[in-house]
Amino acid sequence: MTLESLEQIKGRAQAAVPGAKIDIIPNTGPSQQSSLLIDNEHALAVARFLRIDPALQLDFCSNVTGVDWLERTLKKKVKVKKVVDGEEREVDETTEEKIPGYLEAVYHLYSMTHKHGLVVIRMRTADRADDARLPSLNSIWRSAEFQEREIFDLYGIRFDGHPDLRRILMWDEFQDYPMRKDYREPDDYEYEPTPHDAVLARAREHYAPRPHLDGAENITPQQ
Amino acid sequence: MSEQIDEGLRSELQRQGIWVTSMQDLYNWGRRSSIWPLQFGLACCAIEMIATAASRYDLARFGGEIFRPSPRQADLMIVAGTVTKKMAPQIVRLYNQMPDPKYVISMGACAISGGPFKEGYNVLKGIDRYIPVDVYIPGCPPRPEALLHAFMELQRKIDEQKLTGADRAEHLNAAQPSEFPVPAFGAHDLEPPANPDVFEPPKIDRT
Repeated sequence: MTLESLEQIKGRAQAAVPGAKIDIIPNTGPSQQSSLLIDNEHALAVARFLRIDPALQLDFCSNVTGVDWLERTLKKKVKVKKVVDGEEREVDETTEEKIPGYLEAVYHLYSMTHKHGLVVIRMRTADRADDARLPSLNSIWRSAEFQEREIFDLYGIRFDGHPDLRRILMWDEFQDYPMRKDYREPDDYEYEPTPHDAVLARAREHYAPRPHLDGAENITPQQ
Repeated sequence: MSEQIDEGLRSELQRQGIWVTSMQDLYNWGRRSSIWPLQFGLACCAIEMIATAASRYDLARFGGEIFRPSPRQADLMIVAGTVTKKMAPQIVRLYNQMPDPKYVISMGACAISGGPFKEGYNVLKGIDRYIPVDVYIPGCPPRPEALLHAFMELQRKIDEQKLTGADRAEHLNAAQPSEFPVPAFGAHDLEPPANPDVFEPPKIDRT
């Protein structure tokens, strides 16, 4: 059975779950893997629809991962008609749109029954701090349990309704979220044999300054 | 022994059927011929360690085939693989539970320095930050021949250890520590990130 298009899935899901807000996030890259953005309030109902709908039966959640989106500004060039020096002209105007940061959880779904896939769904948190919460889809796909724990561990998204939300890779006392883009790892760069890029910049802070030059800079290559 | 008995006289006696040795040589010969490693592996290096113990490379030729599942019965700790920060306290604890004399082989790039994961947030940058290491073997992972070489180096080291005198082996010196503090899980990193009594970062001058 071939998989319907994302537009069809979106339409049927919205019909099945009244009030659900589903957006298609286009992916214009070579993979063309566009995804469905599901609102948090109806996420559980939409996920249940995707799982039990006879035409879809997406019964296999193969992968769950997180994405960190920092606060960013989107620059757009818009052509605006303006009256310049008495005549009408088209002028380029850049508009800036500020998008606040948020975290995403991405689920990859396949169907074992119909042997089709992949359908990508994602959910967004309200922000990157206290409201980094999402509903857990563990009750729909059991395989999400450990992976949601991993996202909680590395990105700091709290999954409401998760049966056992603890850190899974790092120790319990750990307080940071290492996969977030603004994470700074502990400063233990006292010795780096081959530092480069960002590590070089940080390792430099630990290097002792050379008390005197060793004369190597005065050597010229022999003719 | 070679310091106490003339080498020529010794071989002359041996030709006549008289074998002369010293307590120290006999003791060290026994120790180096039955080094029992602690049976644990951390990552892919452990596969090479298993291969070393299996029939093709046969660590038994050197007396090291008896891998003990308890630190109480082990002489040698082969740190085979990546030491994550979550695992490091357990490694130190196992080392503390081993009886003296005890030796450590740091096997592979990860156990030496963190290897390809050195700049990561969850990998210890070398087990020598917490416990003293006797032999380092580079490689990713080192081949079984390299582990055998490290084993032979360790045997050579044991052979040369003195039982008496000021330069006697470290484990015979009561002042030498045999247990090392176990690092605690901190909010951002292990605490302390390194044991200053054991580990001192190499000093490099770079501008």
